[in-house]
Amino acid sequence: MSLLEVADLRIRYARQGRLRATLRREPHDFEAVSGVSFQIDAGQTLGLVGESGSGKSTIARTLIGLKKPTSGSIRFEGQEISAASNREWSRLRRQMSMMWQDPVGSLSPRLTVGSLVTEPLRIHGRKGDRAEAERLLGLVGLPAEFISRYPHQLSGGQARRVGVARALALDPKLLIADEPTAGLDMSVQGEVLNLLNDVQKRTRVAVLVITHNLNLVRHVTDRMAIMYLGRFVEEGPTARIFEHARHPYTEALLSANPEPDPDARGDRVTLAGEVPSPVNRPSGCDFHPRCPWARPDCSVRVPERYPEGGRSHRCLFPL
Amino acid sequence: MATHATATATEEPLVAVEGLSVDFDTPRGTIQALRDIDLTVPKGKVLGIVGESGCGKSTLAYSLIGLLAENARVAGGAIRMGEHDLARLGAAGWRDLRGTRVAMIFQDPMTALNPVTTIGQQMLDIQYRDRISRSEKRARAVEFLEQVQIPDAASKLDAYPHQLSGGMRQRVCIAMALLTQPDLLIADEPTTALDATLEMQIVALLRELQQKFGCSVVFVSHHLGTVAELCDDVAVMYAGEVVERGSARSLFHDPQHPYTQALLDCDPARIKIATRTLPTIPGTLPDLRQPPRGCAFRARCPHAWGRCEREHPPLYPGAAGQRVRCHLSDPAEDAA
Amino acid sequence: MTDAALPEPTLLARSLRVLSGNRTGALGFVLVALIVGSAILAPWIVPYDPAAIMVGPRMAPPSAEHWLGTDNIGRDIFSRVIAGGRIAMLVAAASLSAALTAGLALGLVAGLGPRWLDNLLLLILDALRSFPVIVFGLAVVTILGPSLFTVVLVVTITSVPIYARIVRTQTLALKNAEFILAERAMGVGMPRLLFIHVLPNVLGPLLILASMDVPLVIATEAGLSFLGMGVRPPTPSWGVILNDGYNFIRNSPWPVIGGSVPIILVTLGFTFMGEALRDIFDPKLRKGG
Repeated sequence: MSLLEVADLRIRYARQGRLRATLRREPHDFEAVSGVSFQIDAGQTLGLVGESGSGKSTIARTLIGLKKPTSGSIRFEGQEISAASNREWSRLRRQMSMMWQDPVGSLSPRLTVGSLVTEPLRIHGRKGDRAEAERLLGLVGLPAEFISRYPHQLSGGQARRVGVARALALDPKLLIADEPTAGLDMSVQGEVLNLLNDVQKRTRVAVLVITHNLNLVRHVTDRMAIMYLGRFVEEGPTARIFEHARHPYTEALLSANPEPDPDARGDRVTLAGEVPSPVNRPSGCDFHPRCPWARPDCSVRVPERYPEGGRSHRCLFPL
Repeated sequence: MATHATATATEEPLVAVEGLSVDFDTPRGTIQALRDIDLTVPKGKVLGIVGESGCGKSTLAYSLIGLLAENARVAGGAIRMGEHDLARLGAAGWRDLRGTRVAMIFQDPMTALNPVTTIGQQMLDIQYRDRISRSEKRARAVEFLEQVQIPDAASKLDAYPHQLSGGMRQRVCIAMALLTQPDLLIADEPTTALDATLEMQIVALLRELQQKFGCSVVFVSHHLGTVAELCDDVAVMYAGEVVERGSARSLFHDPQHPYTQALLDCDPARIKIATRTLPTIPGTLPDLRQPPRGCAFRARCPHAWGRCEREHPPLYPGAAGQRVRCHLSDPAEDAA
Repeated sequence: MTDAALPEPTLLARSLRVLSGNRTGALGFVLVALIVGSAILAPWIVPYDPAAIMVGPRMAPPSAEHWLGTDNIGRDIFSRVIAGGRIAMLVAAASLSAALTAGLALGLVAGLGPRWLDNLLLLILDALRSFPVIVFGLAVVTILGPSLFTVVLVVTITSVPIYARIVRTQTLALKNAEFILAERAMGVGMPRLLFIHVLPNVLGPLLILASMDVPLVIATEAGLSFLGMGVRPPTPSWGVILNDGYNFIRNSPWPVIGGSVPIILVTLGFTFMGEALRDIFDPKLRKGG
């Protein structure tokens, strides 16, 4: 049994009121996540990679209980939580936590760092005194004098550390990190990722990293899944996907995060067009309108999930 | 001009920044945001300016188009463009240059466009100087939207900015900037707000259009990958100074300044073997209200020694034709 | 610029700095302090009983005994102005605190509650707001009769929709802010979410607005009293003083001056103070921050 097991998860969003939708003869909702399955073991890191609109953040919000799934199952430590009650959630929230995308914007602006880091403790009925605050700040390498600072007085990297301290305050079993390096300078990104790696080594917390940055995924995850329009187009061990991408979208993402080398110009796969709206999905393969290798079949046949010894992809004509 | 001896700079550059210093007056003191910047923007080339937040790269970009914040003040130096000194240009002078010889694209295309006016109207409005008919202006607008590869361009004229995607909006901004056929296009982090695959599209587009129009581009970015893709020359900034500048090839293949080296080391895209311990640059930026006397990078530099504390390094010539603000590159140190 | 990591000056230091660079702001604070101080201390600092008649000659010009002269029945105008200030401040404090409380509650409910409740509240608030204040006031007075309480009621009811709307807009914006989502994801309870995370971020702009609204309230009170629809004579309201003096303006200008100058000073004082408060509390609006 894995710590977290997600099976055939579907999440729909309302676009407009039912009445208006009927009058306009348009669908009233759309599927942001359509049939996603994965699992994470303790001490393991899974990367969810995709561009905006891929549905990766929707999955995060559903896992943390801010959005109800439309169908499918989410099992945490073997217990089904997709329809958990508020009481069950208050217990679950001690065991899973989230790092939000915006390092400063995800901290309540009128609270000091001291009360921010101890807040999870106090919410769940434990004492959050100064000693606790110092311990938590020490955990993320911030000196005790930060206790009396306010979020807007922090640099991006410092705010991110406060976010990590908050996420770790209750010793969670699952940590969801939404773009953990967003808004950080290159020289600081490493600090945050190293910190996460250290914590994971020590506590065997399972980590779900959500990002659009493949370079990040390579160094922090064991397995990765690439999302496009709410589906996994490829999934498997990180090292093997980097070695040989089977899906053309993975290939394109890999070349969109280039090694800085002026001599390597021109050998990039540049995708044409933009991600289509999930309201009007393309026929056949979701990716075929942008795929450099698309064949006539691709606009007709919907690719299923093709498992391949520990990994899988959704491409009719894999690379 | 003493520091003007890059190997390729035989031709008169489009813009020459000479000893430019910019201060910001804040309630907490005067911040010396740019100090003694020397740079040239060659004609028809792309100059990349890279650095991390707070290094002054955006301040430099904004000073090239005279859009510095109200509390900023040019404390010294000059920005020469033909007969003009952009650092001392008045409001009237800027009105003649902006949108004719200098244009800019911004990080967030949504805020750069007027949300309550159609794309077409905005594109007509910026042609106010041209004495051509409305329908001719419209035709030019469509032509430029096609140049930036917007599908079904004519129909987009009636669209409002919020009806377009982020990538499309940035294309519109590029079209509007190029519509005035500027000599100098300043791009301040134009791809930062975009997804990875769109980022590459925009970089490829900028490259293509720059070659077609022959204008010079100053491309400001913190993303080394896009800079390497697009730029001919690169300047690396740290704490308000240019610490290294030269051709893109020399900088990415043979970086001389310890900061450039450290920055390249930190880019996970360059680390081919999966690792769980990523390199970082320990330490923080110096306080720019009182910049350190010697080298600004000294406190974080693994090679720093006594001279770095005493003496502020000038831009020495580097091994691959670049200029490096580091005593390690002083020819006299080698001799000693 | 990366001055983000620098320690921020304290609120007091920041206030002093804003005020030292802002003469009108400092003037506002001084005026407000004088007006509020004299209102609180009115019973002890008035030289004469403000309601007592014939404490001096009638229609006397200012003199050492009567600083602002006397009115048509020999009352001391200075004493009446000070006592009138007490009434004005009482009305402002009572009606604005009532309006703020109700506005906050309604705005938070509209902003955080279900969509239908939001729509319903908006409808009611907009309907209330569509009445002109004075006409609405006259209607209420006709029903309840003129009194201090009626004035407070009218001002409160007409101010609530404005505050509620602002609170609602701010709350809606906060609702999807990442830090609120982060708190919800940690399992924070509704009371804590409301009082620790939402309220403090809504309150600042609201208090500044309320400070700027004080003159409006006082003008409404004076206006209603002038029309005889507010505070009843002989209670000395500025509106009543104006009304009394207005009939005798050909004989002596002093009652009218005594009734109107404080209204002007209050307006200037609270407006300047409100602007300075905005500079102090909203660092983002400060120039060169």
